[in-house]
Amino acid sequence: MKRNKTVLLSVPYIVWMVVFTLIPLGVVAYYAFTDPDTGAFTWSNIRELGTFLPVFGESVLYSVVSALICLLLGYPVAYYIAHRSPMVQKLLYMLVMLPMCMSFLLRTLAWVGLLQDTGIINNTLDAIGIGRLKLIRTPGAVILGMVYNYLPYMILPLYAILVKIDSRLIEAAEDLGCTPAQTFLKVTMPLSTPGIVSGMTMVFVPAVSTFYISQKLGSPDTMLIGDVIERMYKQGNNANLGAALSLLLMILVFVCTGIMNKLTGSDGEDVVVV
Amino acid sequence: MKKVNRILTVFIFIFLYIPMAVLIVGSFNEGKSLSRFDGFTFQQYAELFRDRDLLKLLGNSLLIAVLSSLIATVFGTLAALGIQSLGPKMRRTVMRLTDIPMTNPEIVTGISLSLLFVFIGTKMLGQQDCLTFWTLLIAHITFNLPYVILNVMPKLSQLDHSLTDAAMDLGCTPRQAFFKVTLHEIMPGIAAGLIMAFTMSLDDFVISYFVSGLDFVTLPVEIYSYTKKPIPPKIYAMFTLLFLLILVLMVTMNLLQLRADRKKTQQLMEKG
Repeated sequence: MKRNKTVLLSVPYIVWMVVFTLIPLGVVAYYAFTDPDTGAFTWSNIRELGTFLPVFGESVLYSVVSALICLLLGYPVAYYIAHRSPMVQKLLYMLVMLPMCMSFLLRTLAWVGLLQDTGIINNTLDAIGIGRLKLIRTPGAVILGMVYNYLPYMILPLYAILVKIDSRLIEAAEDLGCTPAQTFLKVTMPLSTPGIVSGMTMVFVPAVSTFYISQKLGSPDTMLIGDVIERMYKQGNNANLGAALSLLLMILVFVCTGIMNKLTGSDGEDVVVV
Repeated sequence: MKKVNRILTVFIFIFLYIPMAVLIVGSFNEGKSLSRFDGFTFQQYAELFRDRDLLKLLGNSLLIAVLSSLIATVFGTLAALGIQSLGPKMRRTVMRLTDIPMTNPEIVTGISLSLLFVFIGTKMLGQQDCLTFWTLLIAHITFNLPYVILNVMPKLSQLDHSLTDAAMDLGCTPRQAFFKVTLHEIMPGIAAGLIMAFTMSLDDFVISYFVSGLDFVTLPVEIYSYTKKPIPPKIYAMFTLLFLLILVLMVTMNLLQLRADRKKTQQLMEKG
C-alpha cells in the first residue's frame, strides 16, 4: 500500500523531464524542418548542412585530439590519486573538482593573459633571451584551452574506477611473474576501460560543442561547430538553420559516444557520474 | 615510474591552478592588464563594492543558483524516492530520461529550451519577450535535477530496509520512520546534490546564455559580453571572492561526508 503511494512521487518528475528535455528536442527538429519566413515544411535547412561538413570535421578532430591528450595526462594523475591514503585522496579529489566550479570564461581569459604576444609567458621568454613566440591564435592554443578546461572531466571518472580495482588482483599478477608494465597492460588497464570510455565521452562532448575557447584562443578563421551555431542562433537570426545544425550535432555526439561504447564493449550502463 | 607519476601529477596540478592564480593576482593589481603587475592594491575590491550594476548581476546569479538548487533538491529527492520504488524496467527508462541533460551538449540543451520557450511564447501566447527570469529558473532547475537524482539514488539503494521496519515496529508511524530514518540516512546524498547543483547553476554560462532575455541577466552571461570591450579588473576581485566561497562550500561538503563516514564506521564497530 505504502509502495504504491511512493511511486506517485516520480510522476511530477517524469512529466517535468518530458516537457523540458524531450519535447524541446522535438521543437528543435520542428524548427530544423521549417522555413524561417513562411513556417512551412522544408528540406532546405537540412540540405544546407552539407556546406558545414568541413566545420564538423574540424571540430571532431580538435576534440578527439584534446580527449586523447586528456587521457594521456589524466591517467597517471588519476592513478596517483587512487593510490594515496583516503584523506589525501579526498583532498586531491577536491582540488581536481574545484576548477570545474569556477567561471570557465574567466579561466579561459586568464590563458589569453598568459599566451598573448605581450603576455606573461612571452614576457618571461623575452626577458631570459629566448624571444617571443607565436602562442595565441594557433590550433595549439585551442587544444590547450580544451585540455585545460576538460581535464578534470577525465581525471574524476578514471579515479573513480581505479580506486575500486582490487589490489589483490595486482598482487596476484605480480606473484605470477608479471613485470609492472605487463601488470598494467594486462590487469589495470582492461579493468579501467569503463573509466576511460566515460572520461573520453565527458571530454569529447563539451569540447566538440564549445564556442568560447575557439573564439578567444583560436585564430580568427578557426570556426568550430559551436561558434557557427551560436552565430546562427544569436547573431545571424537564422534560428532554423541553427536548429538544423544543433540536430546534426546531437546526432554526431550520439553516434560518436555509441561507437566509443561499442569499441570498448561497454554498454554505457556503468558510466561513472561525477 | 612512481617518481615520474608523482612529478607529472604535481605538474598537472600547477597547470590546473596557474590561470586561477593569474586571476587572483590580477585582482590585487594596480594596472588593468593580467600580463603585467604594476603594484599591490585593494582598490579593485573597493570598486567592486561600489559598482551597483555588477553587484546586481552577482545578486541575480546567486538568486537563480539558490532558488534553482533548493527547488531541484526538494523536487529531486521526492522524485528519487518515487523512482526507487518503480519496477526495474520503468526505472531504467526514467534514468535514461535523467541522462539526457547530462549527455547532450550544453549548447543543444540551451537552444532546445530556448526554442521551446520562444515557440510557446510567440506562437501560443502571442508575446514578444518570452525569455524572462522564469524561463531561466526553469532551465536551471532542469539541468540541476539530474545532479540531485544521481547523488540521492545511490544512497537510497544502499538504505537498509530493516531500519525503517524496525522504526515502525518500535511504534513510529510511516511518516516518522521516513523523517527519522530514511531522510537521515540519505542526507549526505541530498547535501552533495544540493551543493553540486548550486555550484553548477552559479557558474552556468552556455545554457543561461541561450535562455536569458534582456531584463534578467546573470554574471557569466554579462562576462561573455565583455569579449568586445576590455574586462574591468574588479571582475577579478569578484572571481577571487567566489573562489573563496566555493572553496568553503567544498571543504564543508567534505567535512560533512567525513563525519558521516566516521559515524558509520563507529556504528559498525559497535555492532560487531
